[in-house]
Amino acid sequence: MSSSSVKNFARHARYVMTENPVTALAALLFLLIVIAAVAGPALVPYDPMATNDTRALQPPSWDHWFGTDHLGRDVFSRVVVATRLDLMISLAAVAMAFVIGSAMGAVAGYFGGWADRITGRLLDTIMAFPLFVLAMGVVAAAGNTIENIVYATAIINLPFYARMARAEVNIRRNAGFVQAARLSGNGDWRILAQHIFPNTLPPMMVQISLNMGWAILNAAGLSFIGLGVRPPTPEWGIMVAEGANFIVSGEWWLAFFPGVALMLAVFTFNLLGDGLRDLVDPQRRT
Amino acid sequence: MVRVPKRLRLVGYRLLQAIPVLIGIVVVSFLLTRALPGDPAVYFAGPAASEESIEQIRVSMGLDRSLPVQFLAYVGDLLRGELGQSISTGQPVLTELTTRLPASLELTGFALLFSIAVAMPLGILAATRPNSWIDHLCRFVVTAGVSLPTFFTGLALVYLFYFLLGWSPAPMGRLDILYLSPPHVTGFYVIDALIDGDFETARAALAQLILPAVTLGLFTLAPIARMTRAAMLQVLEGDFIRTARAAGLSGNKVLYTYALRNAILPVITTLGMVFSFALGANVLVEKVFAWPGIGSYAVEALVVSDYAAVQGFVLSMALLFVILNLLIDVTYTLVDPRLGMED
Repeated sequence: MSSSSVKNFARHARYVMTENPVTALAALLFLLIVIAAVAGPALVPYDPMATNDTRALQPPSWDHWFGTDHLGRDVFSRVVVATRLDLMISLAAVAMAFVIGSAMGAVAGYFGGWADRITGRLLDTIMAFPLFVLAMGVVAAAGNTIENIVYATAIINLPFYARMARAEVNIRRNAGFVQAARLSGNGDWRILAQHIFPNTLPPMMVQISLNMGWAILNAAGLSFIGLGVRPPTPEWGIMVAEGANFIVSGEWWLAFFPGVALMLAVFTFNLLGDGLRDLVDPQRRT
Repeated sequence: MVRVPKRLRLVGYRLLQAIPVLIGIVVVSFLLTRALPGDPAVYFAGPAASEESIEQIRVSMGLDRSLPVQFLAYVGDLLRGELGQSISTGQPVLTELTTRLPASLELTGFALLFSIAVAMPLGILAATRPNSWIDHLCRFVVTAGVSLPTFFTGLALVYLFYFLLGWSPAPMGRLDILYLSPPHVTGFYVIDALIDGDFETARAALAQLILPAVTLGLFTLAPIARMTRAAMLQVLEGDFIRTARAAGLSGNKVLYTYALRNAILPVITTLGMVFSFALGANVLVEKVFAWPGIGSYAVEALVVSDYAAVQGFVLSMALLFVILNLLIDVTYTLVDPRLGMED
């Protein structure tokens, strides 16, 4: 990328942000989440695992911004530290789904025929299950560990990437630039990898951002029902599950703050996806 | 040759298409049963089993035979309705699932009615009044709705309506312990109590149902509202709408008879995806509200590694989902105004 096109991109990014303040807000939140994920453990005021019986179940105060839980642990520290784990699980799952899914979809879309039919059947079978239920089944079968939460989340995300890659590759397989590449003697795989696939990336990036939110929700849902992450590890889903027992007696802060963190993270990725769409969609570029 | 009506032919064709999907589901659930970490025979024999008893279980489960043979045996079991025994309760899994299914269906059905009743008018109003406050409300609901974790919304509603306001009963199952469950007719407590003429119990059952159903409904609201709005906007731009308006038909007639009937089609298609989300979210909502449906059964089974129960649950959910999708597609064929005109 030359320096002028970088400048163009930056100008366009600034335009998108000022045009839609919500996107700017999402970018800000995203930065906050990344900071919490990278530097969280170093920033928090308390040890997220340290129990203290004398300070159990205290409402939010200056000392404990988000209050303390039933074991006297600081909820704020736990919510911030949990960011890394939640983000790692969904990032790993989405990356895996993207790499495998888009490779499968690209091959199916380019070559058609049997490759397309087999991929199509496989995806139909995955989509025939209610996706969260399939993830539960996979974790139950493969064992209750964090890695298996990642695999299960990746499997239920796979069809979205595969279908999208298939469609995007399919409409380009006989485009002018592809024919030109073929005439100059490039092989099928080279054309697919170097000429067609890079062109499918912008719409795929939007899909990734929208999918991240969904992946975070699914992973947190799985740990909410007791799969994968084990207590006392700080993780949003499991913290909401632990706090749920205290809701009926009025100690709302145990479940509320991790729940809000989860919601904000999902919201950020969804908004970011919309903003990213504005950024990469050439039709909106003026 | 007998001329089969076009709609009927399409319905038949759609039924045939479900067969490979069903085969796929059975294969996947078979593979899930065989994917146990380590040796399934050791697992089922328990930690204190001797070599001989493990071998015995291996033979009795058919694990010593080849995979295709095991698959055929599995299919045979399924055809006889044999889903295995639940370790935690000692009951056959099929019995457990069928006694708990009505609770889940009552919850999901009520939730979908709620979300359709809210989302469709919202989508229609947003589409007919672009950039008004209701359009902004619709956009907000759509974005917020997909970001809300169901289990969190449920807990927030419990805190607000049970703890703070005291309007709703404790989130503990389908009926307060003060009431007896109504005589079994449909398995849906509200309907059963009404059939029995017991309005007090019906009211109590409905009071228990409202919060979990609204929780689940809020989650499914977003895709329906978004699709209704988008479909209505697109249809309203059509030439036939302009023609109808130019011909002097009243605004309501154009909107509901012409536009909505066409816009409803993509909405019906979206319902398939909505069901997928709803059946998954059902599990979480049931756990929050201690709702005795198949979802909370599966969660309990997962915690104690009750393997047969989880597999039975996954399989029955997938079958339910396929049936729902079939119903959706058949409904689609029946209401599509473009079909049947060509004949």
